[in-house]
Amino acid sequence: MARMKFVCDSERCIECNGCVTACKNENEVPWGVNRRRVVTLNDGVPGEKSISVACMHCSDAPCMAVCPVNCFYRTDEGVVLHDKDICIGCGYCSYACPFGAPQFPASGTFGVRGKMDKCTFCAGGPEANGSQAEFEKYGRNRLAEGKLPACAEMCSTKALLAGDGDVVADIFRNRVVQRGKGAEVWGWGTAYGSKQAGQPPAGAKS
Amino acid sequence: MKRLAMLLPAVAMAAALAACGERPQTISSGNKGDAAAFNGTQNHFAAPGWTAGDKRSWEQGLKARMQNSQNEYSKI
Repeated sequence: MARMKFVCDSERCIECNGCVTACKNENEVPWGVNRRRVVTLNDGVPGEKSISVACMHCSDAPCMAVCPVNCFYRTDEGVVLHDKDICIGCGYCSYACPFGAPQFPASGTFGVRGKMDKCTFCAGGPEANGSQAEFEKYGRNRLAEGKLPACAEMCSTKALLAGDGDVVADIFRNRVVQRGKGAEVWGWGTAYGSKQAGQPPAGAKS
Repeated sequence: MKRLAMLLPAVAMAAALAACGERPQTISSGNKGDAAAFNGTQNHFAAPGWTAGDKRSWEQGLKARMQNSQNEYSKI
């Protein structure tokens, strides 16, 4: 199996926030923490696009590189996870992440900033798969249940795709061929290393 | 004077050995070890159609799920 990846098809995203709701519900994410959110590009300009953004589980994750306590690790499937028992809530990962994925709960063991929280690709953390301890710290471990992330499975227009990078890319490629447009994948190049993909269209505001 | 001459080497030897008692300060964190997802889960919410512990069946199950739930072109 190739590594796990997210793709958000901006031609399909209707900004319904179903992915955000699914994530918060599935993982019981507290108030003030958004592991996933929907961002509108060129808001108000004709042709505006919306995309769903969370941790992209980058191939060369900058959060892993800057963490002073080495709390991050990568699973065999390429999912970037972290150990909350080691995190000191310094926030370096927040500055390093190009997607704004790391979140810091206002209340928690580590005072004002709290230990970092982020999308786990619904793969939990270092605790035993499916255990209560894992759920309380990281949320559901759907991968160990043979399921895909809740955000992607809940997406009503199937704009958000998640899973094996090869399959996901294949599904998206087929769509682009069928509709004849919308080949740009926001964030793909930044997260997974392609220089061609993810470039904003000429004249875009942001 | 004789006492000082005996004391100085003793202090020097104690100082030299002090480093031997230091604990290593390298970070050994981040590698706690996480069970692979294909090993299954403790709860009873696992999707049917694959065998826990069998990586191949887990991968096949996920791929089938991807095609069934995310690729509507395969349903046409």
